[in-house]
Amino acid sequence: MQAFTYHAPRSVNEAVELLASTDGKSVLLAGGTDVLVQLRENLRHADHVIDIKQIPELTQLKTTADGGLSLGSAVTCSQLLHSEPAAPYVALLDAAQIIGGWQIQSRATIGGNLCNSSPAADSVPALLALGAEVEYATPTGTQTCCVSEFCTGPGKNVMNGQGLLVSLKLLPLGPTSGSAYERFIPRYEMDIAVASAGAYIELADDGTIATARIALGAVGPKAILATQPADALIGQTPSDELIEDVARQAATLATPINDMRGTIEFRQQLTYVLVKRTLHTALLRAAGQVVSHHPR
Amino acid sequence: MPGKAPAKMAISTTINGQNYDFLCEPRQSLLEVLRDSLQLTGAKEGCNNGNCGACTVLLDGEPVNSCIVLAVEVQGRELTTIEGIANRGELHPIQQCFLEGAALQCGICTPGFIVAAKALLDKKPNPSEEEIRFALAGNLCRCTGYDKIVRSVQAASERIQAGSTPKQNPQPNQTNQQQAQQQQ
Ligand SMILES: Cc1cc2nc3c(=O)[nH]c(=O)nc-3n(C[C@H](O)[C@H](O)[C@H](O)COP(=O)(O)OP(=O)(O)OC[C@H]3O[C@@H](n4cnc5c(N)ncnc54)[C@H](O)[C@@H]3O)c2cc1C
Ligand code: FES
Ligand code: FES
Repeated sequence: MQAFTYHAPRSVNEAVELLASTDGKSVLLAGGTDVLVQLRENLRHADHVIDIKQIPELTQLKTTADGGLSLGSAVTCSQLLHSEPAAPYVALLDAAQIIGGWQIQSRATIGGNLCNSSPAADSVPALLALGAEVEYATPTGTQTCCVSEFCTGPGKNVMNGQGLLVSLKLLPLGPTSGSAYERFIPRYEMDIAVASAGAYIELADDGTIATARIALGAVGPKAILATQPADALIGQTPSDELIEDVARQAATLATPINDMRGTIEFRQQLTYVLVKRTLHTALLRAAGQVVSHHPR
Repeated sequence: MPGKAPAKMAISTTINGQNYDFLCEPRQSLLEVLRDSLQLTGAKEGCNNGNCGACTVLLDGEPVNSCIVLAVEVQGRELTTIEGIANRGELHPIQQCFLEGAALQCGICTPGFIVAAKALLDKKPNPSEEEIRFALAGNLCRCTGYDKIVRSVQAASERIQAGSTPKQNPQPNQTNQQQAQQQQ
């Protein structure tokens, strides 16, 4: 690895000042599972590496006053998987437990997964389905935006290398709600999503769908919030036909590429299947059933 | 324009219960420092990019790939490497079961598997086969086909639960296998 200076600031302000004063020659380091590999393979260069893990507020995970979840940007997958306040946010846990293996999960952060801004990042469709908002600090102040507006293309996001992601805020969950995230990979573990989907469903007292969000991963330059198909669920009583229909609509929004991992047609078909499955799982979970695809 | 090489940093850490102070460059990985500076060569370099798990060590009890941890990041923290798994020359039950179960061929992956398996059994002494396979998904082996590894972790789990670690059953001429058989 090329030489650099290491910094471990203790506050958000200190980190942002360092970022600004090093004039684009620095990178932020959270768990390092993307960035250290990129530096070693000369895909990125940095004169300064700014480790953000010693900023106390970034490692906090707590329930907010309105009953939502606040997740510091340096919270690791492992921390998330073992935390009580995060337990109801099942779609995010589905994602966190398949990001790499255990060694990766001990280090990899949700914030880093989002900031790396890969179209195949597993946490992003889950965050979209759960209605997350992000807060980031820049030299000119703190900004917020919906997670759906955060990534702008492969490896790119609104911060443009000038900001520090501080936290993610997830909406409060409805009393009768469920969520799910699933991806397709050609093996059981340790691979990058060929296609993925996240879903959130909230039921009204009469059993009809009150709120729904569907997100698609790895089938476009960034994860896609499938708003129209999800809206078609609102006010309806859940049924297999309804879910099939909505999944088919959602698959038309996928704009995947052809590559060695899958053809366009294959990825569209996967999107249909994965949306169907995650909607089913979200509904089962809303009904109080424990559905798990991996030992947790 | 290459600038002046950044100064080395002084790092203090605990490795296998012992204090270590060392100097390192910020760009050096923990694996590099363990192997090249501290002569702890048990952790292996397989891929050097986080995929194979051969370099697994425990950082404050959690398994991490030491090839994608900077050595400067372990300041003030606690590490366990494969060198710290045996107890005063007595093999840990996982190590013993790997030997007895022929869970290795070339052996490059073995330290990583044993350290990760130790982390698993410390947290969950009686894991299911699925839990073992899931916990070891970040460790790759090109030789064994995994089955003997999984069986050996299962055997170690049984042995630890039966309490037949050599320390608790100090009969000098018995092998662990004999002890285990006697307990069944
Ligand atoms: C073997 C292996 C397997 C993997 N498997 C998966 C997988 O299955 N699914 C998946 O989605 N990913 C996977 N990854 C990729 C990676 O582990 C994840 O993207 C991880 O979540 C990144 O988090 P990190 O904390 O390690 O980020 P880092 O590497 O520390 O940072 C990633 C990027 O985000 C920036 N950054 C980090 N934090 C902030 C912040 N607070 N503010 C601003 N910028 C920030 C960094 O500068 C860098 O550009 C894998 C990686 C490896 C090595
Ligand atoms: S050498 Fe570290 S994971 Fe392969
Ligand atoms: S024994 Fe050779 S890689 Fe596992």
